[in-house]
Amino acid sequence: MHEYSIVEALCARVAAEAAAHGARAVTSVRVRLGALSGVEPGLLRTAYEMFREGTACAGASLHLDVVPARWTCPRCGGAPEAGARLVCRACGAPVRLAAGDEIVLERIELEVGDV
Amino acid sequence: MCDVCGCGDKAVPVEVRDRILAGNERQARHNRQHFHGAGVLALNVMGSPGAGKTALLEATARRLAGTRRLGALAGDLATENDATRLRAAGVPALSITTGSACHLDAEMVHHALHHFDWTDLDYLFIENVGNLVCPAVYDLGQAANVVLLAVHEGEDKPLKYPVMFHKADLVVLTKVDLVPFVGADLALIEENLARVMPDPRVLRVSARSGEGLDAWIEWIEMRRPAGPRLSVTRHHHEHRHHAPPGAGEHDHEHGFVHPRGHH
Repeated sequence: MHEYSIVEALCARVAAEAAAHGARAVTSVRVRLGALSGVEPGLLRTAYEMFREGTACAGASLHLDVVPARWTCPRCGGAPEAGARLVCRACGAPVRLAAGDEIVLERIELEVGDV
Repeated sequence: MCDVCGCGDKAVPVEVRDRILAGNERQARHNRQHFHGAGVLALNVMGSPGAGKTALLEATARRLAGTRRLGALAGDLATENDATRLRAAGVPALSITTGSACHLDAEMVHHALHHFDWTDLDYLFIENVGNLVCPAVYDLGQAANVVLLAVHEGEDKPLKYPVMFHKADLVVLTKVDLVPFVGADLALIEENLARVMPDPRVLRVSARSGEGLDAWIEWIEMRRPAGPRLSVTRHHHEHRHHAPPGAGEHDHEHGFVHPRGHH
């Protein structure tokens, strides 16, 4: 289950961001996951719950936005038929994945002391 | 402001919009530059446990014996078995024992490169951990992904593991000599591949009977880097890692060869 290594990278990234902003805590973490990212949202959540203790994410809730795969034709901008071969419905060219493979840390919320 | 007493704490949203595996991607780019600079074709060979990854590499070694220099890094959870088999087939091989990790990542490969004589190779086969899920997520710096699917694994495997097959530059249907015994429908496998790969390239191969090996050899030969190798003479340079750990962008020129034994 590679979701642990994803969470490890996520917590490290959040920690760096929190340190850069001089935050005293991280309260929320928002991640965008593509349906074809190879990361299973449920497993990522489980891994996050188990791994976050003792990290910068210890007190941060995790929000996942799962985005569907979107295919477009590089030739004419068309799309494939749902569930069929990955070729353009209009012109027959092989389509390309336009969205849906991302594993992105979108935003975090930090608690910062007033100076 | 703190909701309770109005003391000075305030919540600050920070837009990050960064790929979580950016560190791996940087390391993979670094590996890729090294492979490219040394004129080595690196192939990431993936597939289920038992798909026939090692057998395909053994057969490749028999075909290319005396004409090409092959090497392999073999990802394995617990044993040295694959590397031992490859060495017996005449392929210098180093095992990357991953412990509990279900996949190789670019850092593991980079580390292995420092302990393996790879720069004079024509081909470096990176035999990933047997797994149709996790290895698909990690770029290693390879020139191409080759995914093996044995004919007895089930015709619907491409639909069950779309991420892995979508990442494949080539799918090798292995053990085709078993088709009469297991009743596999190769046309159906290929139809299912077309539903997860926009432009599927598929070869039907048997490492045992030799069927399809010519097409496989042709496919890898076509991908060999053109032009003179930059690593024919050994350059000596210091490989200094001034960049912070994980930064991946080193301050040395690529196209050079790492001194042996460097850590």
